[in-house]
Amino acid sequence: MELWQQPAHKLQKLLSEGEIGARELTVAHLKRLREVEPQIQSFITLTEEAALRQAAQIDERREAGEKMPPLSGIPMALKDNFCVQGLPTTCGSKMLKDYVAVYDATVQRRLRRAGAVLLGKTNMDEFAMGSTTEYSAYHISKNPWDTGRVPGGSSGGSAAAVAAGEVTFTLGTDTGGSIRQPAAFCGIVGLKPTYGRVSRSGVMAYASSLDQVGPLTRDVTDAALLLNVISGQDPLDSTTAPEDVPDYGKFLRRDVAGLRIGVPREYFRGAEEGVAAAVYGGIKLLEKRGAVVEETSLLSPDYCSNAYYIIAAAEASSNLACIDGVRYGYRAQADNLQDMYLESRGLLGPEVRRRIILGTYVLSGDAYKTYYLQAQRVRTLVREDFNKAWERYDLLITPTSPTTAPEIGAGIGGPLNLYPRDDYNVSANLAGLPALSLPCGLSQGLPVGMQLIGKPFAEGLLLQVAYSLEQETEYHKVLPDVVTADSEGVV
Amino acid sequence: MQDWETVIGLEVHVALLTKSKLFCGCSTEYGAAPNSQTCPVCLGHPGGLPVLNEQALEYAIKAGLALNCRINYSCKFDRKQYFYPDMAKNYQISQDDQPLCSQGYVDLDVEGERKRIRINRAHLEEDAGKLTHEGDLVGAPSSLVDSNRCGVPLLEIVTEPDISSPAEARLFLNKLWNIIRYTGVSDCKMEEGSMRCDANISLRPRGSQGLGTKTELKNLNSFRAVERGLAFEAERQARLLAAGERVLQETRLWDVEAGVTRGMRSKEGAHDYRYFPEPNLPPLSLDAAWLERVSQTMPELPAAREERFIRELGLSPYDAEVLVAAREVADYFEEVLQHFSGAKAAANWVMGELLGRLKKDGLEIADCPVSPQHLANLLALQEKGQISSKMAKGVFEEMFNTGKDPKAIVKEKGLVQITDVDALKAVVDKVLSANPQSVEDYKGGKDRAFGFLVGQVMKETRGRANPQLVTKLLKERL
Repeated sequence: MELWQQPAHKLQKLLSEGEIGARELTVAHLKRLREVEPQIQSFITLTEEAALRQAAQIDERREAGEKMPPLSGIPMALKDNFCVQGLPTTCGSKMLKDYVAVYDATVQRRLRRAGAVLLGKTNMDEFAMGSTTEYSAYHISKNPWDTGRVPGGSSGGSAAAVAAGEVTFTLGTDTGGSIRQPAAFCGIVGLKPTYGRVSRSGVMAYASSLDQVGPLTRDVTDAALLLNVISGQDPLDSTTAPEDVPDYGKFLRRDVAGLRIGVPREYFRGAEEGVAAAVYGGIKLLEKRGAVVEETSLLSPDYCSNAYYIIAAAEASSNLACIDGVRYGYRAQADNLQDMYLESRGLLGPEVRRRIILGTYVLSGDAYKTYYLQAQRVRTLVREDFNKAWERYDLLITPTSPTTAPEIGAGIGGPLNLYPRDDYNVSANLAGLPALSLPCGLSQGLPVGMQLIGKPFAEGLLLQVAYSLEQETEYHKVLPDVVTADSEGVV
Repeated sequence: MQDWETVIGLEVHVALLTKSKLFCGCSTEYGAAPNSQTCPVCLGHPGGLPVLNEQALEYAIKAGLALNCRINYSCKFDRKQYFYPDMAKNYQISQDDQPLCSQGYVDLDVEGERKRIRINRAHLEEDAGKLTHEGDLVGAPSSLVDSNRCGVPLLEIVTEPDISSPAEARLFLNKLWNIIRYTGVSDCKMEEGSMRCDANISLRPRGSQGLGTKTELKNLNSFRAVERGLAFEAERQARLLAAGERVLQETRLWDVEAGVTRGMRSKEGAHDYRYFPEPNLPPLSLDAAWLERVSQTMPELPAAREERFIRELGLSPYDAEVLVAAREVADYFEEVLQHFSGAKAAANWVMGELLGRLKKDGLEIADCPVSPQHLANLLALQEKGQISSKMAKGVFEEMFNTGKDPKAIVKEKGLVQITDVDALKAVVDKVLSANPQSVEDYKGGKDRAFGFLVGQVMKETRGRANPQLVTKLLKERL
């Protein structure tokens, strides 16, 4: 097995036992990256030199007998909306093409302290608005399973990079499915933690009350490993929770006997046959292992989706007001202030503009009551709906997405067609719940993701159930076969 | 003007004296190099998140309590949105429908009657940065932004329209200034912008209850400007109304040079700030025990202190009011009393000589070269009769110029009062024999001659003779 095919927990072992060095591992990934990147285009920025330097330092420290932190030498990448001091942080936008972050996101600080080696910043839909990477101002990332298809989004670059073996794991952000959906499309594990579990400090905001940072990994064990590193209260983010961070590794056991699992029928209605079949297949395996499975009913995902787009757009219109070219970012030359604002912000892409306009509208005058407040009421109902479910179930299982990865271009031109694709994901964001997407099968050769939704701070239980299912299947070991360019031996 | 009643409401911003800003750790110090006190949070960089400064919350609560406000245990922050380069985020974190403090009041003494000015609300918000325009604002080729002030904690205090005249507005501001300064949460310096005032004013026919169309006055940079600006605006509105014209609802700027207000922008197309709850700050839920601890750290407020001065120190209401009108003066006075027990004499000295002398040099009491302890020493010397009140004034001047202890000055100059009867008798005899004509005049009924003789004794003793003793001895001899 090639190094780039292995999950972090296996590499960790090889590294600590001295089987391989950090530099060797970085070189292996950079080589793989050069081979597949021309097809996949996961990245916006590469940091090869810094990565090699960092890896060499880790080797030196290990050779000197230092006790090494858990991710020492593991190659990774961050979605390009995470600030890393001194590196471009474009958020997939031309507005921030030349913007260099002035500080580190809290999660980047934690990852660096844990020894993870940053290979670069990954592609995304502009300001995380989109679900395909087609709204990236730079390029479209390709799905490693079929380069004619999108990898999902908005963390599409992050998902594709892991699936293609360019890095071992990545971090993404999830406002309405932006980690889980691309993880499902690319056949990897994606975890959106409970709102407040992971710090958002240093991560460009899309919709602050919905955004959450989370890992995209090869398997469930890696997700637990990553969650251990990035979770916990942060004095720089007032919305982080004071709850203790357990050792998530302790939850990785196969026992699911007696667990009560609810399967909401509303989340299967619009699903493709192959998707539903794969998810039901996974559920059957859990049932076989002793889980108590019951069909149940939740508020229709349509309600959630409508509320989501209003709240997310409202917050986005405000959060993105800072992208005005006054202090940083692109600034157009103009004769007066008004024109400067208009012409500078004219560089924002169509989807971002659409959501800013929508969000500005729903906060204006009477629309505030009819749209924004109404959406907040729906949000409360969604929370209550889940709370009712928790009286009967320990977790809920749905497909992550109603479809597998669509072809590039299939959704463009009709934003209303594209929006409902998030449907199965946004309810967890509205209610602030942890949700995990796990590969559970293939449909016509494309990966299908199963979504596990849990109570607040029940990440451990989600990992446990996901791990149990993962042990029953081989899906996490199946890697896409990316046709590589003629670039062997470059590194 | 007599047909109209003036209705005024004020919006006062005071900057809270916290060391760091409202939502980040940057320093709030005034006068630093432009943009030297900034960070990703107050500059609105990607990923910057606000974290509430608890000290600011405490200060705002103290001010609210001093203004007799209800402190709202649950409240929240909201975003007030508008595009302007003085605020990098293009929104201000403020409080919209759930202010921290509400329903307070300030009592004024208006021509001997107590008048209550109700406070609608007092809420926390962040300040904006400072813009410097090249040339005039309109058509300026460029503008510079200094974000040091961006994020400084402000308390916005909004009154009900209970103020009935420009003079009353000034009186209110003075009182508010004093109360806030007593709490120690702001230095309330209009000239440094740590206290700012906007005023809403409208007229209505005398005796009616409705409200007329108001204008909002800005650029009122001193208490005097508030009074003058409002007076001008009241006259202007009265002239319009008398001529059957309409007052336009608008914001007007006070032009201090020209002494007029000028229309700035119409309020008719009022701005929609698109307020919505700040998602990065959880709603506040104040802990009752913490609030109790904060309220116990409240200093004595002016009204209570005034009452205590009258009740416990036996001062006249007038003296008490004058002393309490500025916290530092009352503090100084009370420090004098730590070393000297004659409250009335101390009050007279502080209010008379001390404040007069400070005013002459344009000094604040904080810069007073005479320490309270030294003033107490001076009062003691006078009380014990070691120096006369006239001598005391001279010594005080010396103290003011040199900062020396009066005991040292008296000793250096040999200024100790002569109270030795035998020594004075000799001087008195000498004066009487040298001025037979005056002695004759006095005996002939001319009282003025007696004063002359006293003066001669004082002259002989270079003012050091005890005046009562001199009088007594002269009377005996004559």
